[in-house]
Amino acid sequence: MNEFLEPFQYAFVRDALLVGTVVAAMCAVLSCFLILKGWSLMGDAVSHAVLPGIVLAYIAGIPLAIGAFVAGLFCAVSTGFIKQNSRIKEDTVMGVVFTGLFAFGLVLFSRTESDMHLDHILVGNILGIRHSQIWQTLALGGVVLGVTLALRRDLLLICFDPAQARVMALPDKFLNYLLLSLLSLAIVVSLQAVGIILVVAMLVTPGSIAHLWTDRFDRMLGIAVAAATGSTLTGIVISYHIGASTGACIVLVQTLLFVVSLAFAPKHGILRRRAVA
Amino acid sequence: MSSLPRLEVEDVSVAYANGHLALSDASFQLGGGTICALVGINGSGKSTLFKSIMGFVQPKAGSVKINGQPVRAALKQHLVAYVPQAEEVDWQFPVSVWDVAMMGRYGAMNFLRIPRAVDKAKVEESLRRVSMWDYKDRQIGELSGGQKKRVFLARALAQGGRVILLDEPFTGVDVKTEEAIIVLLRELRRDGCIILVSTHNLGSVPEFCDQVVLINKTVLAYGATSDVFTEQNLSAAFGGVLRQFQFEHSTIQEHDGRTIRLLTDDERPLVFGKDGHLEYKDRQEHEELLRKRSEEHE
Repeated sequence: MNEFLEPFQYAFVRDALLVGTVVAAMCAVLSCFLILKGWSLMGDAVSHAVLPGIVLAYIAGIPLAIGAFVAGLFCAVSTGFIKQNSRIKEDTVMGVVFTGLFAFGLVLFSRTESDMHLDHILVGNILGIRHSQIWQTLALGGVVLGVTLALRRDLLLICFDPAQARVMALPDKFLNYLLLSLLSLAIVVSLQAVGIILVVAMLVTPGSIAHLWTDRFDRMLGIAVAAATGSTLTGIVISYHIGASTGACIVLVQTLLFVVSLAFAPKHGILRRRAVA
Repeated sequence: MSSLPRLEVEDVSVAYANGHLALSDASFQLGGGTICALVGINGSGKSTLFKSIMGFVQPKAGSVKINGQPVRAALKQHLVAYVPQAEEVDWQFPVSVWDVAMMGRYGAMNFLRIPRAVDKAKVEESLRRVSMWDYKDRQIGELSGGQKKRVFLARALAQGGRVILLDEPFTGVDVKTEEAIIVLLRELRRDGCIILVSTHNLGSVPEFCDQVVLINKTVLAYGATSDVFTEQNLSAAFGGVLRQFQFEHSTIQEHDGRTIRLLTDDERPLVFGKDGHLEYKDRQEHEELLRKRSEEHE
């Protein structure tokens, strides 16, 4: 038992647990909207597209978060523009745009002298998080979480039935861009914890797990947050003990939870569905 | 009771970004207290017309006015409600019957959308009216086709819409539910609503719609069902698309002249006899309507 508790005596582990919890909760809440709106790939695209923004911000000497945010929005908006003005389907456009931006970021990165580590950007380095970053993460994470929860009913409506939002003169375009901005911001906030590649999992898996367990949206939010924070804490502790990549351990625990839910969830699990059919 | 709504579509032309002209010079007017069918083939501009009434597309020329105001102003007053086609809805979505009906109230709530007592009362009243109150906690995917329709109808009621648009309300719905929906629409007509129904189901049109708008890229004809919904007009609207069968000698009674013609586009057929439509489930009501009409004329 003592051996299990050992990591908790270190300040850097406690910091990681705190930051991990906030990032997990924020991503989990957003993931519920993304999977219902059919935007899972959007999380993937935006998270890769932020790389050139980060490098350019580093070169320009402005906060990396701002560069990442602008690049993420650029990816989403240009995808929408190309889709509307060509015959290419949206998922295809997205695939072209985000891989292009990611590649551009990689080239920029290798041509730039810096003390940044590419693997920290790609898979995160939550155990090495600095104090200044902790506050930034907590503040931004709190804002994203707060805004998303406060406007959850409107955001849910534009996922479920955007036409109804328009017919009642609700600002559906604004809400779409708001969701997109929250997504970009969430990715920026999560970079330090889990990195570009694994943030996709944080933005898709918790919502999917929760969707298997419940038919109520408010409960879905709760289950997603519980699943995400639970797997983050477990993942951090496991990674300490086995000395493996923290981000990867978090995602792996989450994926296991998804597989278990897929099989055993009370109503929508595969076993239950088979039994009913 | 609020005053009767008016819907005026004046010389509306709509072109899409690719240059395709979906609708040109479409005009018609409807006053409160009507169930009007919007009939036309696929691609005739039915959904474009719906979209311009809902303010989703901006006409290139002409205007849509509701109560004399532009659409945008009417939407702000939540006058327009719509019931989507079943295929447009994600039935796996984690929302209950209650949640969907409550969405109709969002426009009237503050920005946090926390339901007040009046919103809850309105939702309950609407759900009871469509007999869905007992199902209020069901997830929407666990309903039958007709119940699904009724939930969205309840949302329109909860919203308090005066111009209600229904897109193909009878697709995937059994006959019994179809009748139940028609009863409800008649009640709304009595309340003074304008109900515009886009439908393929030609057979049911004369039964519950008092007016018809026939469209094919423009409004071909509109007015009272008995005047507009004729074999000639329908042939013009549909061209060769409708199936036609002619029975020279049938089992129809003597007074119908023993000749019937059947027009259908894969749903309930529309049956014409010598004096117009033959098939009515509710003949008595129809005859009463005809009698009233002729009295009005005199």
